[in-house]
Amino acid sequence: MRSVKEYQTVTNIQGPLMMVEMVDEAKFGHIVDIELADGSIRHGQILQVENDKVLVQVFEGTSGIDVKRSTVRFLAKPLELGVSPDILGRVFSGLGVPKDDGPSIIPTNRLDINGQPINPYARDYPNEFIQTGISTIDGLNPLVRGQKLPIFSGSGLPHDDLTAQFARQATVLGKGEDFAVVFAAMGITFEAAQFFIDDLHNTGAIERAVMFINLANEPAIERIATPRFALTAAEYLAFELDMHVLVILNDMTNYCEALREISAARKEVPGRRGYPGYLYTDLATIYERAGRIKGKKGSITMVPVLTMPEDDKTHPVPDLTGYITEGQVILSRSLHRQGVAPPVDVLPSLSRLKDKGIGKNKTREDHADLYNQLYAAYARGKEMQELATIMGEAALSDEDRKYMKFANAFEARYISQDYYENRTVQQTLDLGWELLSMFENAELKRIDVKLIEKYMPKFRQKAGGA
Amino acid sequence: MSEKRVGRVVKVAGPVVVAEGMAGARMYDVVRVGALNLIGEIVELRGDTASIQVYEETTGIGPGEPVVDTEAPLSVELGPGLIESIYDGIQRPLDDLVGVEGSFMSRGSDMPGLDRKKKWHFKPTVGDGTKVGPGDIIGEVKETTLMVHKIMIPPGVSGTISGIREGDFTVEETVGTCRGDEGATHELKLMQRWPVRNPRPIARRLAPEHILVSGQRVIDTFFPISKGGTACVPGPFGTGKTVVQHQLAKWVDADVVVYVGCGERGNEMTDVLTEFPELKDPRSGEPLMRRSVLIANTSNMPVAAREASVYTGITLAEYFRDMGYTVALMADSTSRWAEAMREISTRLEEMPAEEGYPAYLSARIAAFYERAGRVKCLGGPEREGGLSVIGAVSPPGGDLSDSVVQATLHVVKVFWSLKGELAYQRHFPAIDWLTSYSFYKQYLKGCFDDKEQGQEMERMTVEAMTLLEQESELREIVRLVGAEALSPRDRLALETSRSLREDYLHQNAFHAVDTFTSMVKQYEMLKTVLHFHRQGLEAIEAGVETAEIFKLAVREDIARAKYIPQTEIDKIVQIRRKIEDQMKQLQGAAAAK
Ligand SMILES: Nc1ncnc2c1ncn2[C@@H]1O[C@H](COP(=O)(O)OP(=O)(O)OP(=O)(O)O)[C@@H](O)[C@H]1O
Ligand SMILES: [Mg+2]
Repeated sequence: MRSVKEYQTVTNIQGPLMMVEMVDEAKFGHIVDIELADGSIRHGQILQVENDKVLVQVFEGTSGIDVKRSTVRFLAKPLELGVSPDILGRVFSGLGVPKDDGPSIIPTNRLDINGQPINPYARDYPNEFIQTGISTIDGLNPLVRGQKLPIFSGSGLPHDDLTAQFARQATVLGKGEDFAVVFAAMGITFEAAQFFIDDLHNTGAIERAVMFINLANEPAIERIATPRFALTAAEYLAFELDMHVLVILNDMTNYCEALREISAARKEVPGRRGYPGYLYTDLATIYERAGRIKGKKGSITMVPVLTMPEDDKTHPVPDLTGYITEGQVILSRSLHRQGVAPPVDVLPSLSRLKDKGIGKNKTREDHADLYNQLYAAYARGKEMQELATIMGEAALSDEDRKYMKFANAFEARYISQDYYENRTVQQTLDLGWELLSMFENAELKRIDVKLIEKYMPKFRQKAGGA
Repeated sequence: MSEKRVGRVVKVAGPVVVAEGMAGARMYDVVRVGALNLIGEIVELRGDTASIQVYEETTGIGPGEPVVDTEAPLSVELGPGLIESIYDGIQRPLDDLVGVEGSFMSRGSDMPGLDRKKKWHFKPTVGDGTKVGPGDIIGEVKETTLMVHKIMIPPGVSGTISGIREGDFTVEETVGTCRGDEGATHELKLMQRWPVRNPRPIARRLAPEHILVSGQRVIDTFFPISKGGTACVPGPFGTGKTVVQHQLAKWVDADVVVYVGCGERGNEMTDVLTEFPELKDPRSGEPLMRRSVLIANTSNMPVAAREASVYTGITLAEYFRDMGYTVALMADSTSRWAEAMREISTRLEEMPAEEGYPAYLSARIAAFYERAGRVKCLGGPEREGGLSVIGAVSPPGGDLSDSVVQATLHVVKVFWSLKGELAYQRHFPAIDWLTSYSFYKQYLKGCFDDKEQGQEMERMTVEAMTLLEQESELREIVRLVGAEALSPRDRLALETSRSLREDYLHQNAFHAVDTFTSMVKQYEMLKTVLHFHRQGLEAIEAGVETAEIFKLAVREDIARAKYIPQTEIDKIVQIRRKIEDQMKQLQGAAAAK
């Protein structure tokens, strides 16, 4: 054991940052404890060392810390999470300290929360279809095990209902394997966090959940560590205990704001909207921890949630997230207003790993052609909906009107379902055929003729002919 | 060796470490940092203080730790064994690292780029007594079924060959000697080294004249890239930059493909690694992996190594070009490379230019693309090589005024502009036909053995583009006054353009047949779409209603032509006969009225 060195040489405090001088043996990235005059302890991490000067970010914030009477202890280690199978079913603070009434965890191992990058050669390609029971996901943007698929939401939109539905319904067809849910709350309201926790209670999944909770009224800088604690727990469960882990990070916008606060305090050259230039890389060190690894049974599937300021997709947080994750599910305010639930904005939503997870022996042979056709028809129908609002329905040709009708039906029946409705992927696929049956076979150019011949007849009969 | 210069760390800020006591060190020397032995490179010198960009995570490094100067610039190893490899940004073999350190990357590991134990069969092509100079080919190694690896005299070496022999050698064993005129001898090995930041020498640059056929219709037909040419693919997230890059890596008619995953997703590299050994090169029938080299420095791997990764990649590519091969390099994404530069620059406290990028950003981008080109290679026998570079650009919010996009557009000759709206409609590749461009169009006709066919193709591309431009104007009219206002000819133009978009430009990368279209098939398909148009115009003249024309059954055949396999291409020709028959019937009926 290295001896812990103590210093009372704090010289400067500014925003969430603190300067300590005349320090020797400080290492970049290591953590410190700060003992205040009243005996309370805060935690910090070294952001920069230059000779004997050390710059520390204080997770709990610096209010109440004074220059003269604070003692800083250099702990000579990075931030760690103590893990053991007992973490399941427990609630931790945003800094990884147990927060429920349970006993303290006796760790079998202590893991650096920054983890290490997965060697790209060691990755196993995600290709196992996860059925979420939601048509817009399963049918059009299928999620696979090991994927990172964020939800781009806005304030006032029902992303909490959607993530709860994910956690409740997500299953891999024909498998009853060990699963776990890791939930990281960053700056969300008590109500939103409690809604999710209650839902886990109701389904009994709470025993298989690990939660790291930093609420809106808790220290903002702590949020920088919260997702890393959550992912360290997830990696432990997935790659050491062989579980399939669903990680929900809610809300990444708050995380990024905390990062911006630190960057501003360091007087770094700001990038777009004041976010630091390294935001992309920083987010990547979080999102890229999802995945599968060759030779390991478990997996980490990640659903980060973020609220787009002013519903703007080009805002740096959604923009950089989209550049890293494997697709995105975007919620639409206008569909929400029309009462469509979940209000998934189908056209700009995307799952990039869908192609390897679907098809024969996985979902069904017609899946790929079917979503291509549904997309094509809906995109055209949507255009007609817009044209009709400008010029009136009368201005549309018969064919155009048919596409518009399709788009309306598609929104009412395919997109819209209940948060508690759990559709099988077969039901979702069949619904797609049923809606497409309003077109002639020849118009379904994206679907293989053989598939049309095989599947369409029964839906035409059902619809009583096209 | 033991008297290496040793300095000490005074400052650590993320990926940049500052060390004192480095007097005499040179810019871009590689150093080893701290007790963890991390690899870094000197990027700034002030007196005896050196700023170092460290290729590995610096947590746990602090002042006082040693910094050892290796006194050599960042270099790569060049020789047999490159093909089918997957490297990180500084040429550490990721596959071998998994064997040593497991599934997660640890720090400070040393692993040479080329396997030291493997023996290669070397066949000399010159004999003892031959006078040789830089770049001269002295022999061959059959590296894979697709790659005859030429062993060349390294730049800077010349003299007379002696003791050269056929046999099985490791990359470090001597295969012969080269005695210089001043008596200096150089042992010839299968391997040589080259510093990544310096372009490898060539004899002369040549103008690009040949198209690098990609099998992607919108690219080859409208915006082709040449052998030795440069292209960029900017677009918002999720619009298909990576798919375009992967498609090119799979299907271009190059001898070697170097794919650099620069600060992008881990799973995309896995995708390449799982697909390429399975996919067959359409020309040779061999697995595509046998002509590929991968560089993977994903977004969560250290940024400094990401900065180096594009240089590592292009140096490997140049080396194969020097053998007289056609090489294609894809860099996905150059924006991440630029961001890495920006991050290092910020930590060095340099004065930022636009968007926080360093002032030398555009110079670096230009210098990188300038390493592409069609060349007369250095040394004999006389040969030509080509290196095409295709860079993805990921501008914030898809905004093309971004510094990286602008700096890139100044140097590249092909611009494939990906549009969010097209991607949302699932029109892939989402290359905007109205704003993209290529300076290599005039070489398209050279792709055809039949000269007339080439000329007709050229003419058809103009006709098709004119229709597409007309369409955008007509759609504006429809939006304002409705479809009724259009003349029958305009209505036909709209439908033909739709057919061009949906049946020709749209190409599904994940469909077994549609993923690749040969030049001849492109010709036949385009001819068929335009044939329908011309026949339609004639029918309109003859008094046929447009609605009748649009209802013709043959339109479904046109739509499905893309799924006709290469081996059954005459089926596409038959569609044209069908068009004529059905149109004739319509005209007959109209005349009868
Ligand atoms: N030619 C194509 N055929 C079929 N689908 C395609 C094609 N091109 C793109 N796509 C679809 O678009 C998705 C996104 O493409 P891609 O990953 O290449 O985007 P990108 O521009 O590289 O995004 P990012 O900047 O985030 O990396 C793919 O996963 C695929 O579903
Ligand atoms: Mg990409």
